[in-house]
Amino acid sequence: MTTATTTYAGTRTRTPVGRRLGRGIGRRLLPGFTALAIGYLLIPIVVMILFSFNDYQGKFNFIWNGFTLKAWEAPLAWPGLPDALKLSLTIAALSTLFATLLGTMIGLALTRYQFRGRGLINGLIFLPMASPEIVLGASLLTLFINISLGAGITPPGLGFLPKTALSLGFTTILIAHIMFNISYVVVTVKARLSGFDRRLEEAAMDLGANEWTTFWKVTFPLIFPGILAAALLAFSLSIDDFVITNFVSGTSLTFPMWVYSVIRNALPAQINVIGSAIFLVAVGGVALATLIQGRAPRFSR
Amino acid sequence: MPILAATGRDRIARSEGGSGSGEEENPARVTDVAVRLVQLTKRFGGDTTGKRVATYVDGAKADDTFLAVDHIDLEVRDGEFFSLLGPSGCGKTTTLRMIGGFEQPTSGLIELKGEDVSWLPAYQRNVNTVFQNYALFPHLTVFENVAFGLRRRKVADADIKQRVGDMLELVELPGYERRKPGQLSGGQAQRVALARALVNKPAVLLLDEPLGALDLKLRKQMQVELKRIQQEVRITFIYVTHDQEEAMTMSDRIAVMNKGKYEQLGDPEVLYERPQTRFVAGFLGVSNLLRATPDGPVDGYAVYRLADATAVRVPQQLVQGESGPVAIGVRPEKIRLSEAKADVAPGLNRLAGVISDASYLGVSTQYIVSLAGGGSVTVYEQNVERATKSELWTAGESVQLTWVPEHSFVVADEGSASNAAQEDLS
Ligand SMILES: Nc1ncnc2c1ncn2[C@@H]1O[C@H](COP(=O)(O)OP(=O)(O)O)[C@@H](O)[C@H]1O
Ligand SMILES: [Mg+2]
Repeated sequence: MTTATTTYAGTRTRTPVGRRLGRGIGRRLLPGFTALAIGYLLIPIVVMILFSFNDYQGKFNFIWNGFTLKAWEAPLAWPGLPDALKLSLTIAALSTLFATLLGTMIGLALTRYQFRGRGLINGLIFLPMASPEIVLGASLLTLFINISLGAGITPPGLGFLPKTALSLGFTTILIAHIMFNISYVVVTVKARLSGFDRRLEEAAMDLGANEWTTFWKVTFPLIFPGILAAALLAFSLSIDDFVITNFVSGTSLTFPMWVYSVIRNALPAQINVIGSAIFLVAVGGVALATLIQGRAPRFSR
Repeated sequence: MPILAATGRDRIARSEGGSGSGEEENPARVTDVAVRLVQLTKRFGGDTTGKRVATYVDGAKADDTFLAVDHIDLEVRDGEFFSLLGPSGCGKTTTLRMIGGFEQPTSGLIELKGEDVSWLPAYQRNVNTVFQNYALFPHLTVFENVAFGLRRRKVADADIKQRVGDMLELVELPGYERRKPGQLSGGQAQRVALARALVNKPAVLLLDEPLGALDLKLRKQMQVELKRIQQEVRITFIYVTHDQEEAMTMSDRIAVMNKGKYEQLGDPEVLYERPQTRFVAGFLGVSNLLRATPDGPVDGYAVYRLADATAVRVPQQLVQGESGPVAIGVRPEKIRLSEAKADVAPGLNRLAGVISDASYLGVSTQYIVSLAGGGSVTVYEQNVERATKSELWTAGESVQLTWVPEHSFVVADEGSASNAAQEDLS
């Protein structure tokens, strides 16, 4: 208290003692709490990265033995890992692409147009986000099996599909991932669109731009940060998904599923390596997005 | 009186139901028309255009319709500064948006330089708009904002550079090319919006309350500026405002709108000196309206009697044939005050009253005078003959009010109960 009083005495003589005291404590406690909170969030990641450099012995990368680059030098050196990673990246890329495309269009439609059932769709969009993954996974599995057997509850209109079209594997994982990603994209894009001033589009048309040019020269550049954020979110949700994927993947193994399958017998440092790499890419992506978002212009004026 | 004749014609053209009397009198004028509206109508809310506008107006039911623009016939001449003036909600913006192509008419025609553009999309009309909130593209620099229209027309780069530079010069913002709209003040953004529209050399420039967001001083400055620019580029301006002073300052002609129609169209002086309706009289400046009944003509003058039987004379040619009760109007600055018993020149209109309030305004003094026959009248007196406190009239003094009959106007009395209403709706 004395220190606080003396430090402030010169400049803020009129500040009441109580508030000075409060501020003095706040000044020292706040950074402490902040450090704790950030540490709480970051320590698992630090451990993951640290142990990717562990010179581990045997099958389990649990005990620190010293620094080495050997896992980083052979990041894919486990049977099954390259295939799983490839599958996960492909699924993530494709589902991000489709979900972003569809989600953006849905977001545009929902904010732009008045149509019958708009409110209903607005609500339904949240359902996949709100439902437990285990429910989605189980129901998707049931649906896919019914379709591929050509039996039971095949939704009307899907009868034309060959029976093997939806046999469990790549296609079904992709469909599931697009499905749950769309909601997140729609919500993110809608948030960006809600502040959009339609008069900017009228101004573009006033100046001779047709609908197409108006979209690409005015609308798209202005909502791009939202679309990018949505795409990053979709990618990370897809590459990470275990529960739903586990239901619909058949015999295919995505990276998270492969990790789950090996950790019963071994805990290779390569998991940490891949995890660290994904983390770094994600950090890079988020930094990029923040940069663009930060420079993104306000809508007004 | 040629001015009166012009207004009379406009009035006929307005009130006709399709006989189109405006044009045939003077066919030569047709080529000079920049914009012609024929029975232009906009009805919101119904499905008259096949589109259902759900609940724009609070509490409106889905099938409620609202006549925002009501069969307007209008000709805007080439190169003129034309204003649509009216209170909020009277349909000014809707009219402008239909001309710009942002709103489809429910019925009627819009002709631009003699060509029917009613169904053309905005980007195919040779018209540009200055939006109320400016609507500058926030992701583009000032240069690219102004160049936007030229780029759509594939103008060569060197040309664009030249024209954008010239235009920024015209609006007095040279050197601002690389700024983003977010880095501009309101006044500067306003100028960029103007440059962005004008650089395309449109046949008509539409401006929707472009100065509404600026503070008073800047607004006054921009009014002068806008007028200068308009005279320099000689493009037809259609200017929308609810501010009568703004419209009067800048316009060559004004249409005073009310409830989806315009009540009178004419030069600012004509609108002020000879308003034809109670609404126009009240919307432009302050009017004293005295309810009266006609009492026959006497040597070129129509005589009217006020409620207390005082006779008021109005030149016969100012009377438009209203037969029932009317309201005699006289502007506050046209009335002279004198001692109650003083002699006044014959031929003047004369009323007796008592000063009930005096406010010294510097350049003039505003008096509220209670009339002997009931009601009250506002009078502005220049502080020339009487300027010091002791010389001014004070409350309680009996006075007589006089004015030249030629300074009166007559409007139909729309059943307003007040004898002498002062309406200052602006
Ligand atoms: N899109 C719309 N749907 C329904 N009513 C509208 C719409 N646009 C304007 N209106 C109504 O039409 C009337 C005229 O509006 P507007 O032209 O904007 O008036 P002003 O510009 O003169 O203030 C107002 O009563 C307004 O509520
Ligand atoms: Mg308006």
